[in-house]
Order: sequence, then C-alpha cells, then structure tokens
Amino acid sequence: MSINIQTDFKTVGTRPIRPDGPDKVTGRAKYGADLNLSGMLYGHIVRSPHAHAVIKSIDFSAALAMPGVVATMSAEDLPEPGDRILPGAEIEMKLKDISPIIMARGKVLFHSQAVAAVAATSESLAAEAAKRVVVEYEVLPHVLDVHAAMADDAPLVHDDVFTQGIDPAPTRPSNLSADFEMAKGDIEAGFAEADLVIERTYNVPMCHQGYIEPHACVARSDENGKIEIWCCTQGPFMVRNMTAEITGIDLGKIKVTASEIGGGFGGKTTVYVEPVATILACKSGRPVKIVMSRDEVFRASGPVSSAETQVKIGAKKDGTLTAIKTDILMDSGAFSSSPILPATMFAAACYRCDNMHSRGREVLTNKPKAWAYRAPGAPQSIMAVECAVNELAQGLGIDPIDFRLLNAVEEGDVPLFGVPFQSIGLKQSLEAAKNHPNYQAALEQNQGRGVAAAFWINAGLQSSATIHVAEDGSLNVLTGNPDIGGSRASMAMLAAEVLGIPVETVRPSVVDTDSVGYCDTTGGSRTTLATGSAVMKAAGMLREELKHRAAAIWNVDIKEVEWYDGMAVVHSGIGIDELRDELRAGTAGRNPEKVLTMAELAAQAGATGGPLTASASVHAHSAQPSFAVNICDVQVDRDTGKVDILRYTCVQDAGKAVHPAYVEGQMQGGAVQGIGWALNEEYLFNDQGVLENAGFLDYRIPVASDLPMIDTVIVEVPNPLHPFGVRGVGEVPICPPMPAVATAVNRAAGTQLYDLPLSPPKLLAAIEGAGADNEAA
Amino acid sequence: MPLLQYEAPTSLAQARQALAGRSDAKILAGGTDLLVQMRLGLRDPALVVDIKHVPELMEITLGEQGLRLGAAVPGAVVTDHPEIGQLYPGFVEALGLIGSSQIQGRCSAGGNLCNASPAADCVPALIANRATCNIMGPDGERTVAVEAFNTGPASNCLAADEILVSIDLPRPGPRSSDAYLRFIPRTEMDIAVAGAAVALSLDEAGVCIDARVAIGAVAPTALLVPAAADALIGGTLDEDSLNRASAAASEAAAPITDKRGTVEYRKKVVGVLVRRAAGVAKARIEATS
Repeated sequence: MSINIQTDFKTVGTRPIRPDGPDKVTGRAKYGADLNLSGMLYGHIVRSPHAHAVIKSIDFSAALAMPGVVATMSAEDLPEPGDRILPGAEIEMKLKDISPIIMARGKVLFHSQAVAAVAATSESLAAEAAKRVVVEYEVLPHVLDVHAAMADDAPLVHDDVFTQGIDPAPTRPSNLSADFEMAKGDIEAGFAEADLVIERTYNVPMCHQGYIEPHACVARSDENGKIEIWCCTQGPFMVRNMTAEITGIDLGKIKVTASEIGGGFGGKTTVYVEPVATILACKSGRPVKIVMSRDEVFRASGPVSSAETQVKIGAKKDGTLTAIKTDILMDSGAFSSSPILPATMFAAACYRCDNMHSRGREVLTNKPKAWAYRAPGAPQSIMAVECAVNELAQGLGIDPIDFRLLNAVEEGDVPLFGVPFQSIGLKQSLEAAKNHPNYQAALEQNQGRGVAAAFWINAGLQSSATIHVAEDGSLNVLTGNPDIGGSRASMAMLAAEVLGIPVETVRPSVVDTDSVGYCDTTGGSRTTLATGSAVMKAAGMLREELKHRAAAIWNVDIKEVEWYDGMAVVHSGIGIDELRDELRAGTAGRNPEKVLTMAELAAQAGATGGPLTASASVHAHSAQPSFAVNICDVQVDRDTGKVDILRYTCVQDAGKAVHPAYVEGQMQGGAVQGIGWALNEEYLFNDQGVLENAGFLDYRIPVASDLPMIDTVIVEVPNPLHPFGVRGVGEVPICPPMPAVATAVNRAAGTQLYDLPLSPPKLLAAIEGAGADNEAA
Repeated sequence: MPLLQYEAPTSLAQARQALAGRSDAKILAGGTDLLVQMRLGLRDPALVVDIKHVPELMEITLGEQGLRLGAAVPGAVVTDHPEIGQLYPGFVEALGLIGSSQIQGRCSAGGNLCNASPAADCVPALIANRATCNIMGPDGERTVAVEAFNTGPASNCLAADEILVSIDLPRPGPRSSDAYLRFIPRTEMDIAVAGAAVALSLDEAGVCIDARVAIGAVAPTALLVPAAADALIGGTLDEDSLNRASAAASEAAAPITDKRGTVEYRKKVVGVLVRRAAGVAKARIEATS
C-alpha cells in the first residue's frame, strides 16, 4: 500500500495553546473524584490482610447495624466468571482472572485484594463500617519470589494454571504460567562467529505507574436498570464493557462518562472500583462514589512486572553483531497479566542480526496483579539488551552510537517478531543524537555517559469521531478517547488541517459512550494516529458535504467547486490556479458569488439540506513503530552513592509531530519516569507480602529539582501509511532511559551494577566492592 | 461514630486547663505531622488542642542571651527572619528542609521536636546549638536539654498534660557558626536517611576551641556525639581531625536497616555528613570574619 504523504501544513506542526489548559491550571477541570450527586453514598473497600488465604466467611451484620450504612457487597454479588476472554483491555485477560480483582472469590491471592465493600452516608462512616466487616480467613503459605515460585514444592497461586507454551502440555499445575521461545538463524553458530561475547543478568524491579490521580468513580442506577458511571479512565468503552462482563448487567444499559484524567500511563486501562460502585448503587438505589486512597492505589492497582533478563550478545571485531540471546523472567503477581510477550519480542528490535533467540517466562506470585505501563514490557527487556550493547561496544573500542549505526535496523529488515520494517527512523535518530552538542560535552571526574536506543510497536485499533458544525461555522469534534497527552489539541489540529480552517474555531471534546461511536482505549500510542484518522476521515467527509452545499447555493455542478483554505470557491470560467492567485491577492475578497466561507455555509445550512455533521470510524492498520535514542550524563558522589543527572537528551522519530510541544512533553515525561525507575523507584515487600512503601514518600518518583531540563530533538521520518506521516509518540520515550542511566552510572562509578534501582545504598556498596577488587588486583 | 473534640485556647492557662486530666488529647501546632497521622489512622485522639493562639508559643525573642523561639512559630517565619539565619544558619537551613513551601507555612521547630521522629531535621541542629526546651505543666515550668527531650521514636519526655512552650538557643560566641546536612536520595520532599549538624567556634588562628556534633536518623533519637566534637576541638579541622570526627559519628550511630537505608550505609554516610558539615561551618566562620 502506498499513499501520498502531505508535507506542507498550515496547522499541523504548530504549537497552539491546548484547549484543556485553562481549566486545568485554574482548577476548574473536573477529575474523577469531583462529581457529587444528591443522596450520594460513599463506598469503602475491605481488603485482605493476608497474601494468600481462604475466605471462610464474611459477616456484614455489625457493619449493617450502624445507622447510615446502606449496602454491602462481596463476590457473591457478581456472576461466576467463566473462561471467556475479555475484549477491550490493554492486556488480554480471562474474565476469571479479573473478576477476583474486583472482589476476591473464595481465596485471596495477594495482600490488599478486595474482599468486600460497604456503602454509607459519609466517607468516615463507610471507613468505620468497613472495619466492622468480619472476614474469617484460613491463612495459606504464600510465595513472593519468582525463583521460589518455580520450585516444585512452591505453594500454588492457582491450582488450574498449567504452563503455556510447553510441548507436550504439562499435566501438573504450576506458577510458571508461560514459557515460550522465538528464534531465527543459528544462535550457537552466531556466538562461534563472534570475537567478543558479553553475558550478564539484569534486574528491573516491580514499580508503579505513579499517576497522580487515584482511581475514582461515581455510579448510579435508576428504576429502569439504566446505569451511569462517571470515572477517571483511559477508556470509557472499556469500562462499559468490563463492568458489564463483571457485573452481568447488559452492556446496553450502561453509560460511561470519562472525567479529566490525572495520569494513566496504562494503569487506567482496566477497572478496579467501577463495578463495585455499580453493584452498591444497584443494591442501595442511590448514587455511590468510591475514591481509592493513595495507599490503596499502591497496594491494589496495577503495579508493573519486575524482570530478570539474561543477555548473551556477540559481535565481530568490526562491530557486526553475530548473535543476540535473551531470556526474560517476569513476575506477573497473582494473575497472568504481565507483558512478557512484548518484552520477549521487542528486546532487540533495534538490531539487524541473523541469529537471535528470545525466551520469555511469566511467573505467578502472591503479589498484586501486574498491569500495563507505557510500552508494556519493552523497558524491562530493552534495559538489558542496551546495557549489554554498550558493554560490547566498549569492549570492541567502538563509539556506542557508531556501533548502533552499524547494526541498526532499516526499511526491509525483518525483526524477530516477523513483520518487516517499512520506512523507519532509527538511523536518523542515532545520527541526530551523535550530532547533538550534549554528546560532545566534556566529562569530569566521577561523571559518566550512557547511550541507549529503543523500539516500540505502536497500536492502531478502532476509533470513531463525530463533527458538528455550529451556525457560526465553528466546529465541535467529538471522540471517545480520554486525553492523557494532549490529544484534544491534536484532534482539533487534524480537523483544522483537513478543512483549512483556524484551529481556534474547533472545539474538541471527549464525550460519553452514548454520544459517539466505539473507541478502543487511549493507550498503545494510538489516539493521535487512530482516533485522529477517524477525525480526519470525518473532516474529509464534511469537506465534501460543504462543497455540495456550496454547489447548491451557486447552482453549479459539484465539479465546479473547490475547497481552498477553509472556503468553497467556484472556478467556472477560470482555472483553479488563477482563482488561488486572486484569493491570495485579495481581489476576489469575500465575494459570495465566487467564495463561501465556513460561516456562510453554516448560516445557510437550513436552506441547503439541514445541519452540517459528519461521523466516521476506522479500524486503523496504519500504525508504524517509533524509535528513540537517549543520552544521559550523570555525576556520582563516591562517598554517598548519590547520582545526579547532569544532562539528558531525548531523540525520537515522531513521524510527523502534530503538536511538537506535546511530543516534547511525552519525550520528557517518559524520560523522567525511566530515570525514576532506574534510580529509586521499586516495590518493597516484607516477607509477609505486605508492601512497605505504599506512598510517594518512600516510593520515590523524581521531583522537579532532581532533574535538569530534558533536551529534546524530534526527528520526522514520515509513517508511510498515514496521510500526514503521523506515528504514535507516547510510549517509546520510557524505553531507553533505564539503560542510558545505568550505563552512565556504571561508567561514572567504575562499577558493574545492573540490579535496578541504582539506589544510593546499593551503589555505594558496589563502589566499595569495585574499590576492594581493584586493590586486590 | 467517635467524635473529635477541638479546643483553641488563647492563653497558657487555658491550654493547661484543656489538657488537664486528658490522656486522649493531642496538641495541634501546624498539624503537618498530626493531621497526616490521623488520616493514616496512626493516631486517633478524642481531643485536639490547637495551641497556635497562645501568644508564648508564637513569639520570637532575640536578645543578648540568644533566641527564644515559640514552639509553634512556623518555619517560614524563622527562615524569613533577618537575624536568626545569621546567628544559626545551620539550624535555619535544617528547619527550612522540612516539607515544601506550603508545609513551611505551618510546620514548626517545636512540632518537629515533639513529633519525635528519629529523622527530624531540625533536632540535630538544635542539639548542636545547645538548645533547651521550656516546658509548662500543672506544677509549673521545667527546662530540658533538646538531646534529652525525645525518648525514642514517636515518644518524648512530655507528660500528657505538659506543653512545650518555647526553645532557647544561646547566643553563639564570636567566630562561631553551624551547619546541617542530610542525605536523601532525591533533592527535596524526602526524609533524612542520615543527618548531621555541627556547631563550631574557632580562635583567631583557626583552631577549633568549641564544637558540638549531633546526628539524626541513625538511632532511636537524635544523638549528641561528644567524641566527634572532641576530635575537632584543639585542631584546625585538618584531615586527621575530620577523619576522627567522622569515625566517631559512624561509631556512635546505632541505626536500623529499613526501606530507607541499611545499617552499614547509614553508619558510613553519617560520618561523611559530619565531615562535610564541619567544612561548611568552618567556611561560614571564615566568610564572616
């Protein structure tokens, strides 16, 4: 498939003020917890104090005896889930693996799993009532460590999970839920060809997406069984679908309105509280609000899989890669939901190498169920491969960017996952990084530099959009994708570009599930590409309709009408080029005999066929990968193990940056999240499976003063499948930071520490260890 | 449902009356610890006595003898004061490290002390400055050295009906200064993994004639480390005396391993901080004389 890619733009590539900005900075924007309805109750969730236990009984009588406690629920109130695969979630899951996250069934499999809920007339009353729900448990042995979980005598998290991917299929249940391999070429022959082989193990810890807004919702039901849910989510259609599946309520009776969203990063591509509030609302007949506390968010919502990755990588003296072998072990928590598949497929997707082998294993433990986080799985495995590539390049005496340029994939190369690359921008991004002044900056003592490249696949999927033209010619653009990264600005700009009108006359909105066609969740870096394509398609349809209306007014054939610069123009008698010259010269002015503006066409819409609207939908197959290259300079305090980021540079192929400021924002945000994961962020469980740092004080995401300005360079190698060349941009930014930081730190400190996070106590111990080794040598 | 009672006395006498016979009361100053603890369910008082309207707790008196700082004076008032920072720069920088700008408008040195966190930033700095606590109880006033005020994590020497009214910091002699340094993995908004305060007096030749060294977050309470001070006194803050002071602080430290750091790490880093804080205090003296 080949299409013409537009390169000359009026709006795309500019930086208008974001339409949602004023409401956000003034505090007017309504987030998940901001809706209050009269008669509303407050729900509170009772959570497990054990990492693994049988629920023997739940007694609500003491809670219900309290005045003001109106309703209760447990798994008894939900239908028995079957083996059905749930569509719409970011990670494919069986209903029986997600219903117990809403309410545990029979057993609890991790500490703080939801067991029951109460609804009462105030928040404090609901919290007090929750304390009076008596749950009797029979505590079972638990397993927290992935290696211990794979032992023959390990406690089983599920007795009906058999390792997938093994032939013949095992007959004994196991905590090893998946074990699969992908390969091409002859891996051993590849290593035999190599002059230098690096082999090392890399650890990336379990972390949290760290969105600032906790999950929150209000649900209400009416006497006809109609359910309305207002919530903070990346996907209102996903909430509608999952709530229907989990509660057994007909999907057609549920309407979901997404609030503004205070961060998601993949963590809001599933439900936690919405089905609970829905059931409590149905049982009480009153609206029910549930707002998770920060503590609950950390303990019971989507942490991110840890990964232990072994890499073996070899190259010839000239730098040619001969073999890349990766073996990735991921902790999925209590249910199979880890991103082991993308981690395994994409670990070395930046490199052209004939001999590759990648093994992925997913292990279940009595920890919270892992969930998606920005480019799910890729940061963990790319961390390992990129660190190994840096060590290999260093060992061969080749500059790390030159080494990557030598081995980088380009159009026509076939990666391990089998889909040949079309036009891609890895080499261009590497060149841009190499030419950046930060790459030439001199380093002093105790300073180090790390480079990393990364790949992310990007998603397309289904989206819808509707455009309404108001009587004054301004536009409402309606989509169903919550705006987590500036997508409303993109939607307005894409519509403005197609129609040739000022972006200020376009009002983009994210509307409820009753008000626009189906949209898959905001995620997979898909919204500007896929939902944007639906907007462009609707805008194109509207443009044709506007030409028809103008033809009717002028009583000319549609072939006589052109759409130019946001106006219909008639070119009977003169050529379009002459007309354009006239328009540019202003001689045609606004002569309605020749030119009709959007406003004029809108004002006459009643006389020419009625209001102007257009709706379109797509199943986008136009998504194309993104590549990014980061350069990180650090300084290490050798007495304390503290790391300071001196300079940080992000280079990324955006295809075409619709709104460059938001593309830069995505690059900077991803870099900061990756820096945090590299240096300080980690889940710390005690031996009972209780999270010890369930708050932002001891779960250390970076603060603004920890970071320098993150420098950005946008590379634009157009997506050959998109009329404007757009690629997804939101996820790949988090893929290169961990290896860039880890390499820089190890270079600065003279260490080989690849057990993230590189927290000060660990780094200081490594520095002292390295010093002792040197003295011994 | 339990009810929470709130009192806002406007005199010490009223405050004493509000607390009399109540073992279920908590004193509220800025609330930056208490309200958070209540919200987390760690404390559940039946009565909260807000002492911000008691004049003695909100006053700053700076005179010949030194500073009398009302226990509830907000951090921002102290850090904005034109003279306090010149006399006790280390104490003021320690107080200024607590929380964010918003927290600084509420938090107080007295509250930081009474909360009795082993990691409280301003406590080592108070100890290094020989600060004492003025305590009012049913039987009148008593005075306690800051290093003896806290008795363990989250526990202090106050009886249920006693109030910390003010803290006295003696006026430093000539050629004296102090410094406080803490280690946190980030740059702000964090809790000390280890902290060290050093107060020094030098003679005209640069010989250390007086020193106080206090360390935080490395024991159940902030510690005065006389051995570290002894290592500095009589020397010129040369490499040898700094090494000995650093080693003495590491030796005195009795930390725990927890999510913020290990025993080995804290012992090592507190010595590093003592060395660096002594250097800062010395530089301050040299810069002003």
